[in-house]
Amino acid sequence: MTTSEPYVLNIGPQHPSTHGVFRIRVVMDGEKIQDIDMIVGYLHRSMEKLAEERTYTQNIPFTDRADYLAAMSSNLGLCLAAERLAAVEVPERASHLRVIFAELQRIASHAMANGTLVSDAGAWQTPLLYMFREREKILDLFEMTCGARLTTNYMRIGGVAFEPPPEFWPALGELVDELPDRIDEYAQLVQENEIFVARTRNVGVISAEDAINGSLVGPALRGSGVPWDLRKTEPYCGYDDFEFEIPVGTVGDVYDRFMVRLEETRQSTKIIQQAIDSISDGPHKTDIPLALRPEPGEVYGRVEGPRGELGFYLVSDGSPAPYRFHIRAPSLINLSLLRDMARGSTLSDAVVTLGSIDIVVGEIDR
Amino acid sequence: MPNGPNQLKSKIVADALSNAIPGIVKNVADNWVEVDVQQIETCLLWLRQSEKFDAAQLSNLCGIDYHDHFMVVYHLQSLDLNHQIVIKVRIDEHEDPVVPSVVAIYKGALLQEREAYDLMGIKFENHPDMRRLFLWDGFPGHPLRKDFLGIGEGRTSGLNRFPFENESDPVRAINQDNRIDEDNSQESPPLWSGV
Repeated sequence: MTTSEPYVLNIGPQHPSTHGVFRIRVVMDGEKIQDIDMIVGYLHRSMEKLAEERTYTQNIPFTDRADYLAAMSSNLGLCLAAERLAAVEVPERASHLRVIFAELQRIASHAMANGTLVSDAGAWQTPLLYMFREREKILDLFEMTCGARLTTNYMRIGGVAFEPPPEFWPALGELVDELPDRIDEYAQLVQENEIFVARTRNVGVISAEDAINGSLVGPALRGSGVPWDLRKTEPYCGYDDFEFEIPVGTVGDVYDRFMVRLEETRQSTKIIQQAIDSISDGPHKTDIPLALRPEPGEVYGRVEGPRGELGFYLVSDGSPAPYRFHIRAPSLINLSLLRDMARGSTLSDAVVTLGSIDIVVGEIDR
Repeated sequence: MPNGPNQLKSKIVADALSNAIPGIVKNVADNWVEVDVQQIETCLLWLRQSEKFDAAQLSNLCGIDYHDHFMVVYHLQSLDLNHQIVIKVRIDEHEDPVVPSVVAIYKGALLQEREAYDLMGIKFENHPDMRRLFLWDGFPGHPLRKDFLGIGEGRTSGLNRFPFENESDPVRAINQDNRIDEDNSQESPPLWSGV
């Protein structure tokens, strides 16, 4: 009879399955995982400390670099929190522009998440590049508007930095028209693919109770069947005026989280179409003082980013810089259940599970 | 200060808490309730189990350094009732602060408490895995503390030298505000210079 001894396997920091500079040490018994330990911090830039030395506006570029796949959503989170802290009004046109860009960003981010997930499941690169096709067009729109593709730094306290150029609107209309067909195409490629279903169905299952108790948010929470989306439950930027649905999963496995993301891109397309139809003329920004000095106090502002509840906890002492600046990073907190999910599964399943949580290491480490 | 859109009035939370657990509430502000640090577990467990509050999820946990004491903030939320509750605890010890861990109640505190330990130096008692998260073992100090980098007494870190809007010449204002005190110019160079 053969016996096996547990051994330690190191994955990362540089490894395709970890989606960034993220390292895990796994204790393996044969092919089964006995224990898992994550080692993060390779991208730690001490943003929260640096933020205490900068004004609220100067902190907006940091949020680009926290979640570099969803810079627009992170910008929006900080701006909304700072606006509530300093009681700044936002023009209606600015809110609509914010919705358009945040939803475009959600589509781009979900395309990346789903593409890499399929890649993790073994479909090497082809689906990923399909999903990059529309992401490229979205990034082109960003570049057209603010000059940057990833680190956009577009939102401002009181509105957005620039009015989109005239050529933006026809390009956006074209994209929104073709997106539903493209999303159907992805769905067709992957959804009923026997291998993909076999690799993801009943893998990395999280029950609704565990997901809530483990502070999971975003598609990871909704995949477990909890219809919790801040755009509905705590509407900001006029999201309550738009019609859209919150897709939820049933089992809470990798497949459900994948489908929730795919369905959310459809809903985002609907929101963008409504925002284009209802956008009004007017200023795109309220003028605020160079150094905004909010009254002493604190605020916890949050938005539904592509990865879930992205919170900004700001404490003001009346000076132009925040006294405390804390980012509630969904990528980090969604990993609270990593050990519970990975224990007892095979290594290849753990890789797919990690992919379905959709981490961005810049946001974990900050 | 602005409450969150769905945030419960802190008075309602404080009254219910004091009725259920006498003596637990230390302080009530407009939008948060401060409870006794030793009873934080009891408090959060009660809020989670209470039908009226149903604080099912811990959405955010972080520490704040106030030079002579620390605060730890717990943002709780109910997904069914759609409201938010803010609980704080105060730790008067500044060198080696200790707070009971709430991982047994909320698993979502696992990494957030490790983060607060790493960056703020707040130790969470009975945490299953109290190690640093981002920085390496042996890193000197905890960066998010206000006295990190040895800023002396009477000088605070932060942007307290930003030019005021009523100053007619902003460049002069920056230069003036960044001026180092004659006495300690040798020991402590300015940490931050210019806008």
